[in-house]
Amino acid sequence: MRISSDDVIFFEYGFVKLNMTIVTTWVVMLILVIGSVCITRKLVVATKISRWQSILEMIVIIIKKQIEEVGLYKAETYIGFIGTLFLYLFTSNLLTILPIYEPPTSSLSTTAALAISVFFAVPVFNIMEHGLLNYLKSYVKPLFIMLPFHLISEFSRTVALAVRLFGNMMSGVIIVGILLTITPFIFPIVMTAFGLLTGTVQAYIFTILAATFIAAAAQESEKGFSKRNE
Amino acid sequence: MDNISIIGSVSVIIAGLTITIGSIGPAIAEARAIVAALTSIAQQPDVASTVTRTLFVGLAMIESMAIYCFVVSMILIFANPFWNFVITKVTGG
Repeated sequence: MRISSDDVIFFEYGFVKLNMTIVTTWVVMLILVIGSVCITRKLVVATKISRWQSILEMIVIIIKKQIEEVGLYKAETYIGFIGTLFLYLFTSNLLTILPIYEPPTSSLSTTAALAISVFFAVPVFNIMEHGLLNYLKSYVKPLFIMLPFHLISEFSRTVALAVRLFGNMMSGVIIVGILLTITPFIFPIVMTAFGLLTGTVQAYIFTILAATFIAAAAQESEKGFSKRNE
Repeated sequence: MDNISIIGSVSVIIAGLTITIGSIGPAIAEARAIVAALTSIAQQPDVASTVTRTLFVGLAMIESMAIYCFVVSMILIFANPFWNFVITKVTGG
């Protein structure tokens, strides 16, 4: 038995390998890109909007509200990155209902790539917002002794972020695979349905954690503090 | 016992022990989290949605401890580097 979809190789030429993870990632990307382009091509500002536009507006508003609840009050700056993470993870985890599809998130390469992009997004967003000096200062707060601990937590939470998502999705795939050999009739469907729930929750958690990391590095601004106390 | 049977049996036993011991802590922690959430929902039903959302996030983060153990035991069973090393030694050289 294989534990990741990296081992299914469709095409190989030299060091270029086309495995199932890449193909499923492309499928998810195609669905997201074509869907968004088709919907946003004819946007209208009116009381009567199309069905798809209202769905898209609902999704964007919900994501924006969640980002603001974490403590990032300028949600428009972050929604491009965080919202894309959520939509990608959500779509790729939900498509598990298709027969031969295996979610790209059940391979450690995908989740590690996403976690690394979060790892780099934290300094980029914070330097954009607060300047380089203020960001570097956040590493030596409250004392200079804390510097190594801040650095360790920076790396360990990236690893934890990658392994959490990978472990959850991989366990779903493996449990369904094992059950198919033991009780192939109805029980795998139940576990697939449970996998849909896990996938949704994990997509939400990955997104919220990414937002929390970005918000945690930023110093609590006065405006945000007073807004929370109201 | 030769090397192959030692590595095989130790891997299988440790895989079982990993998931056994590793699931005790998260199980207790999840139970306590759910108890706390249910108590607060019973006291204040108005905040049920907030409590439920936070509970789900917390549960998934606790559960990831058990998932780490699961990943380790899966690696020990299906992708064991020591086993692969011994097998290539025996068959290849």
